Amino acid sequence: MKWILLSIVVAATAMSDLLQSHEMKRAGPQSVGARGLARLLKAVATRWKLILSIVCLAISFFAFMALLQAEPLSFAVPASAASFILETVLAKLVLKEQVGARRVAGALLVLGGVILLSR
Amino acid sequence: MTSRAMRLRTYALLCLVIFLQPLGNLSLAWGTKHFPQVLSVDPLVYLRVIADPFVALGIGMLALALLTRLALLSLADLTFVLPVTAIGYVLAALFGAVFLHEAVSAQRWLGTVLIFLGTGVVGSTPPDTTGHAKGAR
Repeated sequence: MKWILLSIVVAATAMSDLLQSHEMKRAGPQSVGARGLARLLKAVATRWKLILSIVCLAISFFAFMALLQAEPLSFAVPASAASFILETVLAKLVLKEQVGARRVAGALLVLGGVILLSR
Repeated sequence: MTSRAMRLRTYALLCLVIFLQPLGNLSLAWGTKHFPQVLSVDPLVYLRVIADPFVALGIGMLALALLTRLALLSLADLTFVLPVTAIGYVLAALFGAVFLHEAVSAQRWLGTVLIFLGTGVVGSTPPDTTGHAKGAR
């Protein structure tokens, strides 16, 4: 059951992050000060891709909560980082980010850490 | 916004996300672990668990972390934000060991060290490679 929950968390997180990254670049630089927060909330409420990303996030969140109750925090949180690799590949292909050697090396180190944590 | 101001804002938002996320998760874990019912597909159980003060506090912190992360994604690449905010996983393992008395094996600590190193390597790359943040209104 824990691997099913983890798969739901990873897939929904990847989808949510891609949508957020894509749409927030279009929304322009944001902040979380008093005025910035209101502008940010307005951007979230008026952009359907951000709303869809919140739905994906909610799915990921409820699956994560069930995972968190059954498994140790020190397993559940790092294991959900498995979404990194999926997201790194998709960010290069879909978002056209420049994923250079250093970023790949860093992502691989993070993946190594995730594997050690989840065994 | 100048590129220096943008970079400063990026790192300020980054710090906020890094601390809010694991603190929110800790509060959530504390609340759900002390909740008497098993979380299943029953939405009523979820509604009841959300009313728990620790769960509510955790959700509040995670919601703020989400908004901060959205602001961060308006300034930096996803492939920058993901590994750099992973430092929060190290804090999660630390909080799990200290506050929830979870047994964290040497292997798990080694894993957190690798995540820490990966974070540092990615953190040394430019936050935005697409130029979208600078070019957007």
